[in-house]
Amino acid sequence: MLNAQAIVSGQQFWHLPRNASLHGRSLDQHLLLNLWIALALLTLAHFILLVGLAVRRRAHRPIHKLTLEYLPLAALTVLFAFLAIRAQRLWAAQRYTGADLAAMQVEVTGMQFAWYFRYPGKDATFGQTKLALADAPAGNPLGIDPKDSYGTDDIVSSQLVLPANREVDLTLRAQDVIHGFAVPEMRLKQNAVPGQTAHIHFTPTTPGTYAILCTQLCGLGHYRMQATMLVLPPEKFAAWLATREAQAGAR
Amino acid sequence: MRVMHHRAVGLGYIAISVVAVLLGTVLSLLMRLHLSWPAWKLPLHGLILPEEYLALVTMHGTIMLFFVLTVAPQSGFGNLILPAQIGSRKMAFPRLNAASMYLTAVALAVLVAAFFVPQGAPISGWTAYPPLSASPLAGPGQGDGMDVWLAAIVMFAVASTASGINTLTTIVKLRAEGMTWERLPLTVWGWFTAALLSVLAFSVLMAAIVMLLCDRHLHTGFFLPAQDLINGVMLGHTGDSSPLLWLHLFWFFGHPEVYIAILPGMGLTSMVLANFARRKVFAYRLMIATTLLIGFLGILVWGHHMFVAGLNPFAGSAFAISTMAIALPASAKVLSWLATVWRSRPQLTTPMLFALGFVSLFVAGGLTGPILAQPILDEYLHNTFFVVAHFHLIMAMAGIFGLCCATYYWFPLIFRRQLSEPLGKVHFGLTIFGAYSTFLPMHLTGLAGEPRQYAQLNGIAGPGTALLQTTTPLQLHITFSALFLACAQLPFLYNVLRTALLPPTAVENPWNATTMEWAPNALEETSPEPLMAYRGPCQYSDDAATFIAQWQPDEASTPHLE
Ligand code: HEM
Ligand SMILES: [Cu+2]
Repeated sequence: MLNAQAIVSGQQFWHLPRNASLHGRSLDQHLLLNLWIALALLTLAHFILLVGLAVRRRAHRPIHKLTLEYLPLAALTVLFAFLAIRAQRLWAAQRYTGADLAAMQVEVTGMQFAWYFRYPGKDATFGQTKLALADAPAGNPLGIDPKDSYGTDDIVSSQLVLPANREVDLTLRAQDVIHGFAVPEMRLKQNAVPGQTAHIHFTPTTPGTYAILCTQLCGLGHYRMQATMLVLPPEKFAAWLATREAQAGAR
Repeated sequence: MRVMHHRAVGLGYIAISVVAVLLGTVLSLLMRLHLSWPAWKLPLHGLILPEEYLALVTMHGTIMLFFVLTVAPQSGFGNLILPAQIGSRKMAFPRLNAASMYLTAVALAVLVAAFFVPQGAPISGWTAYPPLSASPLAGPGQGDGMDVWLAAIVMFAVASTASGINTLTTIVKLRAEGMTWERLPLTVWGWFTAALLSVLAFSVLMAAIVMLLCDRHLHTGFFLPAQDLINGVMLGHTGDSSPLLWLHLFWFFGHPEVYIAILPGMGLTSMVLANFARRKVFAYRLMIATTLLIGFLGILVWGHHMFVAGLNPFAGSAFAISTMAIALPASAKVLSWLATVWRSRPQLTTPMLFALGFVSLFVAGGLTGPILAQPILDEYLHNTFFVVAHFHLIMAMAGIFGLCCATYYWFPLIFRRQLSEPLGKVHFGLTIFGAYSTFLPMHLTGLAGEPRQYAQLNGIAGPGTALLQTTTPLQLHITFSALFLACAQLPFLYNVLRTALLPPTAVENPWNATTMEWAPNALEETSPEPLMAYRGPCQYSDDAATFIAQWQPDEASTPHLE
């Protein structure tokens, strides 16, 4: 059943999943605007094509190129410029500046075929990692250097647990090949490239469980390089973090 | 030694493409069957494993894009038709021409051999991003299979560069007297621009592949960071670079490459629409300009494949602008096609239907381009099936429609036999239905979040399966449509085989075409009469009753044969 609300939010007609992030609302609006415009232009072009085929022949009158070529072209230029500027505003808002200084810090590391999420712990500072020390079976998949005291309280999780309504600053890394960090319901995607770090920030708004998918072909297990993002109400998140910090402290 | 005639070379290229398209289609159907029924066992083989699925993806993309969509329009029909269309009886470098064709055939054989080396074909897709493509440690197929793949692509690139130089020289040097630049049919402008792009793009690809081979075998680090840990092993190489360098070089090649695949089809569409509408191409000079402009802008947009790859976000904005800009000459083409057929009551012959289908698919696939060109939207859509839908409509399907149009249009010229029109119309109807039925729903599965290159869409514990399972009904629909689309080619095969067995019957110039390849003596290998062009193409009288062809001196104008 199509209901108007779902069409506007795009879920039924366009099959968009729900959105659970702050920036996703305006992204969705812009995406849906684009999709409806594309559908309208597709219909219009086919209408002109089919009508042009159906009606009776008119001897070729030298219509000025202006009306048939340059005017529609000017209209399309205006349309594309309008869409591009709107998109640019959203892109700039998301990417041109870094996260708020108070944003929560989480490091995301991709490796064939798993994601790990690291929290800095009580000292709010990530410990150093050394790739040569990385050893998943020994419980140190990220290669946290035991000699660095900042690292001793770091929390490493296989789930990305976040509080609702607080901005998060993700630092993306990869150990081996390029991976794609994507959370469709957060309208988020950024590649993790070995040898460099990337940052992406966003604010989850709705508590729930969301899929993290790898979206850059990374090897035979690409399809199963999935993880869970768990967004909790702030109090529950605080409780989760306290438990994990206590565990880390006891190590 | 007698040098191979360019039309024999052209038919050789077409034969390569026919083998390739059959193989590529089988591979794609295996992918669809596996996605819809993961437990299905391929006879004589068994279950399709994840790495085998990715090998299918890689080989399907490579075979179709290189050996079908690049070879057939540019080299195949380029050799069959281009010389005659400019009034020449040869290509500029006949020996190089034959050598390029044989090298392309060898390249295909080498590529297919990748299936048979230990651990099988590579799994890193047609884009072969390192480090996945840089080390055998990264997965099955990334050892010998990857080396074989790279070797095949280098051979293909050498052949394409040589063929591009040949095409350019032929067009510049061997035009008949009177065939000025402005009188060149738009097909020739398509071949010309695509050849320019080939020479530019393939040389960059070759350089990149040589660098990648060095990383693989000589422990260099052109595309590798100082430290890279794959499968528990630290790569032992020197240097500290970035995989992003490969992405830049690859897409500097890759984007022009997709235009190489479509430019000849765009030119042919313009000419065929005008032919059957019995009119001039609307805004002819503007069409020449937009062809060149698309070629030029095509080398400035590669970053639109890298919006979320780790570029500076300002670079994303810049590439968004250049990409939006390329949509304008593309739109100008569509407007010209619409204006050319508007109220022309064209003859709806099979080649005309495929040209109209090309317009339809080009619009359908093209309209999603500007959506993907907006970085914030590409962030959501990148590497989902939305992109797969975009390029299958605009490149794969429009490309195939261009090839079908060319086949039906020029078959009577090359073989002196006419393909059956009723069968052709059935072929067209089934194919355009199958094309839309297969690729339109992919937009929706992509919008629902389905990533490309997933060997399996469900059965993984966690919320991902719940998300992707929403696409299951559409997945099944797509699989059935793909099978339908493949079967829709049977009337075509039957048509070609049936016609091949008939005695030659076709009349001269059955479509009342005006371009030089249809001149009575255009295909003669040696003729005392040089070919002469007296005017531009598509000169039909207003009532569509008569026309003057490019090769006719002023006095005579030919009435329609009907
Ligand atoms: C209106 C003009 C066009 C625009 C604005 C456009 C834009 C784009 C963009 C932004 C992408 C990147 C999407 C992504 O990976 O996230 C893309 C992908 C692609 N486009 Fe287009 N495009 C246009 C026309 C074409 C044409 C004419 C062709 C080929 C004939 C084509 C073939 C492709 C292919 C093959 C890909 C995917 C490559 C891959 O990732 O494997 N596009 N297009
Ligand atoms: Cu591109």
